[in-house]
Amino acid sequence: MTTQETPTHIQLGMTDTEYESVIDVLGREPRPAELAMYSVMWSEHCSYKSSRSHLGRFRSDQPWVVVGPGENAGVVDLGDGWLAALRIESHNHPSFVEPYQGAATGVGGILRDIFTMGARPIAVWDPLRFGPLDDARNRYLLEGVVSGIAGYGNAVGVPTLGGEVEFADRFSKNPLVNVMALGILKREQLVLSAASGKGNVAVLLGNATGRDGIGGASILASASFEEGDAEKRPSVQVGDPFEEKKLIETCLELYDRGLVIAIQDLGAAGISCATSETAGNGGMGMDVDLDAVHVREPGMTPGEVLMSESQERMLAIVSPDRLDEVLDVAMKWEIDASTIGTVTEGPELKVYAGGDLVAEVPAASLTDDAPRYERPACRPGYLDTAWARDPVIPDDIDAGGTLRVLLDDPAIGDRSWISSQYDHMLFLDTVIEPGHDGSLLRIKGTHKAMAVSTDGDSLRTYLDPRRGAARIVFESALNVAVTGARPYALVDNLNFGNPEIPGVMWQFIEVVDGMAWACEELDVPVVGGNVSFYNQTDGIDIYPAPVVGMLGFCDPMPEHPPRLDRAEEGMAIWIVGQDPQGDFAASAYDRVVNGNLGGRPLDVDGEVARRVVAGAAKLAFEVPVLHDISFGGLAVALAEIAFASGIGFAIEGVSGRDLFDETPLRFIAAARSDDLDTSVPHARVGTVGGDLLDFGQAGSMPLSEGKAIWGDALPRRMR
Amino acid sequence: MIYAFVVHIGRKAGLSDPEGTTTGKALRDLGFRGVGNVAFGRTITLEIDADSQDAARIKVDEMCQKLLANPVMEHYTIEAVS
Amino acid sequence: MTIAVVVFPGTNCERDVTHALGLVGADAELAWHKDRDLGGASGVVLPGGFAHGDYLRTGAIARFSPIMAEVERLASEGVPIIGICNGFQILCEAGILPGALIANRDLKFICKPIHLRVESTDSVLTRAAQVGRVLRIPLNSYEGNYIATDIDTVEDAGNVILRYSDPRGTVDDRSDPNGSTNSIAGVTNENRNVAGLMPHPERAIEEILGSSDGRVLFESFVASVEAVHA
Repeated sequence: MTTQETPTHIQLGMTDTEYESVIDVLGREPRPAELAMYSVMWSEHCSYKSSRSHLGRFRSDQPWVVVGPGENAGVVDLGDGWLAALRIESHNHPSFVEPYQGAATGVGGILRDIFTMGARPIAVWDPLRFGPLDDARNRYLLEGVVSGIAGYGNAVGVPTLGGEVEFADRFSKNPLVNVMALGILKREQLVLSAASGKGNVAVLLGNATGRDGIGGASILASASFEEGDAEKRPSVQVGDPFEEKKLIETCLELYDRGLVIAIQDLGAAGISCATSETAGNGGMGMDVDLDAVHVREPGMTPGEVLMSESQERMLAIVSPDRLDEVLDVAMKWEIDASTIGTVTEGPELKVYAGGDLVAEVPAASLTDDAPRYERPACRPGYLDTAWARDPVIPDDIDAGGTLRVLLDDPAIGDRSWISSQYDHMLFLDTVIEPGHDGSLLRIKGTHKAMAVSTDGDSLRTYLDPRRGAARIVFESALNVAVTGARPYALVDNLNFGNPEIPGVMWQFIEVVDGMAWACEELDVPVVGGNVSFYNQTDGIDIYPAPVVGMLGFCDPMPEHPPRLDRAEEGMAIWIVGQDPQGDFAASAYDRVVNGNLGGRPLDVDGEVARRVVAGAAKLAFEVPVLHDISFGGLAVALAEIAFASGIGFAIEGVSGRDLFDETPLRFIAAARSDDLDTSVPHARVGTVGGDLLDFGQAGSMPLSEGKAIWGDALPRRMR
Repeated sequence: MIYAFVVHIGRKAGLSDPEGTTTGKALRDLGFRGVGNVAFGRTITLEIDADSQDAARIKVDEMCQKLLANPVMEHYTIEAVS
Repeated sequence: MTIAVVVFPGTNCERDVTHALGLVGADAELAWHKDRDLGGASGVVLPGGFAHGDYLRTGAIARFSPIMAEVERLASEGVPIIGICNGFQILCEAGILPGALIANRDLKFICKPIHLRVESTDSVLTRAAQVGRVLRIPLNSYEGNYIATDIDTVEDAGNVILRYSDPRGTVDDRSDPNGSTNSIAGVTNENRNVAGLMPHPERAIEEILGSSDGRVLFESFVASVEAVHA
């Protein structure tokens, strides 16, 4: 319970020291609206105060990077004037409170980040993590989150191309709902967020401002969450995909007509964040009149109007002599618009309401003067006990019996229960749809294509944060490579527990190091990221769950990109890449069959990673079937090809143990040829044909039986 | 005894209601004058076997809190119809 | 000869349809829902999407958009008109086509390729196809479940042009993805100049996208437009 005596800044989630910093910046006690602004802008969610000092290790200085981290989205150059914008975000806590709206508004928010840059959003991916599905609450969350993504994404008219899903106990009370979006634009359409030009005006476009999610950013995403903690429960934000669709078209038309000088979407901390960032980024100030804001309900306080997180709003900086044209475009698309501010020489952001000055702060101080913490980090004790629980793996695993168990695992079984609820075909760019290693999107009118893979592996990362994170990067690289693309840029979403716990902070630092190293080995720039801390409920931190979104690029794209459903009778099956090295820590076999989580995941050689990834991208132009070997090993990867193609296979000379080994940087190729044209080590292991998943002396099972188990793994749990 | 109830579920005041807003605008566009706030909700009719109407109502209330409504964003009223 | 592609706020397949029409050699122009005049359009497409957010009831608000009076006028004059997905829903809501579309049987959005059997070639959408031919075309809808209070009249009048089927053309409950009455996926009007279907033929227009079976439907439509225009 909050008592009368608790100081306001504490209620707003601010420490005493932070409060004193505000007084230092202002030279006086803050007014109520000012305190509200600093409390949100200096929250973990907005300021990255615990993580910022570590994120500098990510490189983004490659020549094809047009916009690196710091703007609303990263932007890379695809040649011939084409640019791609990409971004990843999390909506974890809101999705636990209200799964449909939490997931829906997550999609809305990431799309605004993309079209804020001048790009048309063309695709969305949703990496998801839930608790085990034998718990009704987790099924409810999965159902609600998927419906929310579908409900919003389909209606707003941006295809959702899947994204991976993981199930583990520690996500039960803290599901992870991450969302990545990709947009495309021509170079001349690029817009940034820095306001310029004294006298230019700030126009608020879109939804009316209501009491949505007041304090949501600071309180929801920046503090641990106890079940039934009504005090911290903000009002739920409701998404309106129809408004967002109109807002997208409005903004794209404004850019087309050159009417926008700078633009910023309204997310966490609403108007206070958008006005201070546009002004601060441009080294300017702004006078803001809250009375001009179109509001949904009467009687809102200035603080509420400033901090509201009502969805589907944008703040555009435009020239006063073109204001009428801007308002006309908004009217055409049936979007409300109000002129709420004027750019000044600054550096003050001055906010007026009812004729009174309610806030006067240096615009840049809300972002630049935010506290930074070097949180103490310490290697957690669980690692030694976990490493000691080495997986016990027999040499003569029965492949048929084991597959019956693994194919029924919801993280291995067919995920089309999820992806068929998403419109993944709109815009006619989807060349490779959900259900493959990576998505492939063509760019019409060119020979270029973009591939995307989102990947995470929280349990392997738990067992070794550094290696786990590096392997996620390499896996995502291989996933885009098998479509013919080369890894081109990466965005990361770092989901962790409470950073005030040294063991969690250590995991975070290890993950950043591992990921930065892997990206450097592949020469992939990190063009954006998001950190989600405080994923802790009832004192339990989630497994460290870094998630990456890898953008791949190819020009030209393969004429017939490899697909899982292109295997045909008589094709030879090859394994390309590393030899199996007995990598079973956090493997499907150890987790699902043994019920164990232990051992230490294998390290990866950067040179091997480069060779295998480049080899896959080259083979993609010649070979009809390529498939990454990952969770469940060779056996599961082969089964997936068989299910997609509707034809079995016969494998010779691979031991039962090797079939389920998860040594990374290996992939399957199937082709009608005597050898593969690649310098990467490869070995022929069998032939496509028949109606059996035939592993030779390691066992077999009928294709139809395997497909039925695999196909029903998720639906049967959700019925 | 079977008791019948009608449960009305609506969005809590202050929360955005895009469907209501859009429908209100459409009504005004069609020329209906004097249209104020338009709000959407759901109506669920339930029959409950219980010893008394009060006992049945307590059950329905529990159902609302647990499943039928999301207390985070929705309010509900329970109306006994028989 | 120009085909008008009508855009309501919330429509999202207008550029896909324009692309598909281009591939079969037709010129398309986008028309805004507030336009009252489609000028010299020789044919009209109502594309898919979520007009007015599909709020209240799918198609319910869109049917009152100013352009719909013009669409109704052109329909009565025999101009070829097709509605795809949300466009089909709007034509039904406006009473230009019989029936209505309600939520799918499983209350889930469905986005996947399905099979359709051509039932009749007596429509602007199917005239270039053959009865019994099976087409593989993506479905993408939440409210795709076709109902009609006078279903026998719809059937007896020969208004059904497409039914959901399996790859071999067998029509039964198992091949009906969304619970549509009699597996109906597409219908035409009495005059045979207006047709609607739930699946998206523009999404099956090139092999690189997985199927080009939708092409025959666009070719039918464009041929119909040319025939009237000539």
